[in-house]
Amino acid sequence: MATLNVLVLVSILYVAFLFAVAFGADRAAARGRGTWLRSPLVYTLSLSVYCTAWTFYGAVGFAARSGLEFLTIYLGPTLIIIGWWWTLRKMVRVGRSQRITSIADLISSRFGKSNALAVCVTLLAVIGTTPYIALQLQSVTLSFAAFAEADPTRTDLPSPQSTAFWVAAGLVVFTILFGTRNLDANERHHGVVMAIALEAVVKLFALLAVGVFVVWGLSGGIEPTLARIDASAIATWEVPGSRWVGLTLLSAAAFLCLPRMFQVMVVENEDEGHLRTAAWAFPVYLMLMSLFVVPIAAVGLDLMPAGTNPDLFVLTLPLSEGREGLAILSFLGGFSSATSMVIVAAIALSTMVSNHIVMPIWLSMTGGTAVMSGDVRNVALLARRLSIGLILFLGYLYFRLSGGGAALAAIGLISFVGVAQFLPALMGGLFWRGANRVGAIAGLGTGFVIWAYCLFLPSFGPTVFMPQSVLDIGPFGIGWLRPGALFGAVGMDPVIHAFLWSVSLNALVFVVVSIFSFPRPVERLQGAQFVNVFQHSGTSGGWSGGLAQSEDLLIMSQRIMGADEAQALFSSAAREQGIGGYLPEPTPDFLTQLERALAGSVGAATAHAMIGQIVGGSSVSVEDLMRVADETAQIMEYSSQLEAKTEEQARTARQLRQVNEKLTQISVQKDAFLSQISHELRTPMTSIRAFSEILRDADGLNAEVQSKYASIIHDEAIRLTRLLDDLLDLSVLENAQIVLNMQQAPLSQVLDRALVGAGITESEFAVRRNREDEEVMLHTDVDRLGQVFINLLANARKYCVADAPCVDIRVAQSDATLMIDFIDNGAGIPSGQQNTIFEKFARVSENKAGGAGLGLAICREIMARLGGRVEYLPGQAGAAFRVSLPQHGGGVAQAAQ
Amino acid sequence: MSDAPVPVFVEKRTYRRRRMADAARMMPLLGIGLFLVPLLWRGDGEVEGARTVSVMLYIFVAWVFLAGAAAIISRRLSPGDADPPDRKTG
Repeated sequence: MATLNVLVLVSILYVAFLFAVAFGADRAAARGRGTWLRSPLVYTLSLSVYCTAWTFYGAVGFAARSGLEFLTIYLGPTLIIIGWWWTLRKMVRVGRSQRITSIADLISSRFGKSNALAVCVTLLAVIGTTPYIALQLQSVTLSFAAFAEADPTRTDLPSPQSTAFWVAAGLVVFTILFGTRNLDANERHHGVVMAIALEAVVKLFALLAVGVFVVWGLSGGIEPTLARIDASAIATWEVPGSRWVGLTLLSAAAFLCLPRMFQVMVVENEDEGHLRTAAWAFPVYLMLMSLFVVPIAAVGLDLMPAGTNPDLFVLTLPLSEGREGLAILSFLGGFSSATSMVIVAAIALSTMVSNHIVMPIWLSMTGGTAVMSGDVRNVALLARRLSIGLILFLGYLYFRLSGGGAALAAIGLISFVGVAQFLPALMGGLFWRGANRVGAIAGLGTGFVIWAYCLFLPSFGPTVFMPQSVLDIGPFGIGWLRPGALFGAVGMDPVIHAFLWSVSLNALVFVVVSIFSFPRPVERLQGAQFVNVFQHSGTSGGWSGGLAQSEDLLIMSQRIMGADEAQALFSSAAREQGIGGYLPEPTPDFLTQLERALAGSVGAATAHAMIGQIVGGSSVSVEDLMRVADETAQIMEYSSQLEAKTEEQARTARQLRQVNEKLTQISVQKDAFLSQISHELRTPMTSIRAFSEILRDADGLNAEVQSKYASIIHDEAIRLTRLLDDLLDLSVLENAQIVLNMQQAPLSQVLDRALVGAGITESEFAVRRNREDEEVMLHTDVDRLGQVFINLLANARKYCVADAPCVDIRVAQSDATLMIDFIDNGAGIPSGQQNTIFEKFARVSENKAGGAGLGLAICREIMARLGGRVEYLPGQAGAAFRVSLPQHGGGVAQAAQ
Repeated sequence: MSDAPVPVFVEKRTYRRRRMADAARMMPLLGIGLFLVPLLWRGDGEVEGARTVSVMLYIFVAWVFLAGAAAIISRRLSPGDADPPDRKTG
């Protein structure tokens, strides 16, 4: 007979092996090795956490009591996973893109990151899962006790409570060791997943081994086994349609909603492609798990003495046949089922409890803004570890209080109905954009109340939570409110009854309230992100943490407002706080200011949510808001760029048109100049040639005529020289090769000389001057300035066509400039030519043959060298030129000094 | 989501893949149908219901069939296909 000691030894060795596997897998993952850890097979096997001890042992018991009905528990998940294209694919994608950490996180995240909703889901999950954990402890205890009873050498049986306690304590240690390595719940727990995959193999192998032993060892083949089933109490198919359909739906819903399933299916998912393998491999696994259940049940009913607990046939059949090895294997299978469920459930629940209950409380107690990052990490890890301990303690407590009796056996389905309440919010959130937070809370609340009232509280038996009278005739004697027959649904199976009413009313309230309430902007944003996850896909980047860190705020702000503006805002805020650099303390004032600034770019609500996200310390997807902000910023940037570009192009086009006009005019001028200059050069040349030929060839010219001709030649040569001098002068000026000869002289003196130089005499050309204004001492190259004046005055003399020509010389001073205006009373310069008169070779009119059109060009160059300007002054009586000289540095000293 | 017109004709490969996605969507409906069939069965006169053994064999055969079909379909839905599968055109 198997001794208890051997069993304990094997169990301890098995547990040590699990530790080693988990440790090895964690290490391989940390070193980047072990791609096999991420294989679809491991993923599929980890899904087997669905098959708990309740299914390992309980399925046979279930079959022994109600025949094939137990299959519904496996058929529901099969339907869900072969329909992965509908729901699981979307859930996994959403989970990955939103960095979801638990089902509570998914639901709250979808409905505007509402923490209230997360708390509701967390509490409901804890209430629904605790009894289930108790059930696992019970199964381990019962199977242990079964061995103990069969062991004749032992007289002092260990109490079930102590067994349960040690199992729970061991599970706490394992879960804390391998489940809380990383803070980021979104990171994979390679060790845990690997251990669970191994346990999946063990439990399948154990159940198949027992099945093979029963069919071929005890019954002698397939045919006799089938005959045995036919002869047993479960020979006929008597499953009521409502239970067959209802339980299948229930298990399907639970498969989607159970926190532990969500953990392995979505959170621990490495690769969306793994679903493709799981889609067929997991149904095969479930099929194999249930393959031998009916034969074991039928044979057990046949062979075991009446009154034996059918839940333990898997264990007691080999034991009674003396197959202790097989029995130990079977025990390990049940042990594996129980432990894997408890470990994963504890990880999932602890994440929820610490993220949505402990951390918000801690953050609000510490003022909401934790500045140190290491600080929060440790708190979160501690919170998670304590939560694991708390959850297992609750499970143990439940086991102790319920006495581990038959009441526990029913708890599996009750638990399923509890977590199925998440289904409307989950599915609505994934597929219906109109679903909102208020609706989800109302629906969940309704479902939870009905579940507790119809199923959970009555399950403790009459008089514990509910007086017998309420169960019998309803509260206050209202018959249609009886917990077991709501709205007059008498005679229904209690589980189906509760499932039907709770989930349908839950869904109804959810939909109706969603339709008639209005979501907040964040909810609508998240709704779009979830429902259309395949349209705007793309995995989120590495933003994590969630502290009120100025740098995070700066990074976010830069993405929205643009780097320069954000930096300016931050640095000015920092200066106001008396800090240097770009990072101010995140004080409430600063945050309000920042929020307003951001609201200008993305709208108030989004800005509020974004700052709330960073400051609130929540660890979920700021990424998405950022993505949206990025889009907005991109669009804004793009449109402003376009605008700027259009403006720039228009400006350039205008400039190009102007330049083109000028070029055309210059080209025309050049042509004119070329003909002019050839004319100018040829006229004196012709005279010089003609007169020099006469002087050479003609005989008998008298001295007077000779002298006259020679002087003509001389005058013409001088004209030529002057023309060439001008050209040379201009070229020197343009190349900045002149040396300025700085001198002191009063302006009046320069003007006097210029008037003489220009050949202006009062008799033929009136000059109006104001001598007082001219009492200004200049410090400049007086000769060059005089040259400019001469040129302007000579032009006036030459081109002024008035009957009584007159030039007005006005001197004015502004702060930094001395201005001398020369205004005549002639026709002025046509506006079309005002642009070009300062160009080389420019000639205003052809009517008076004058210079070569170089005078004004020379003036302009000289004034530029002197640091001043000469420009045409439009809108005066006649032609008007203004000469401006800088008063300091360039050359004016006050005469008074 | 976009207003761009959806092409009526697509490449043959894309067309095949979309039909495979349709098949993947049909799988759970097929499964529900198959698993509901035993509810229609009545006993052959003497006994009240059908035999447990025959229902059991039927369910397991259906199960294996579903798993096989799911395997074929998911093999055809190659992992690189990320084009919007929610678009119900083709």
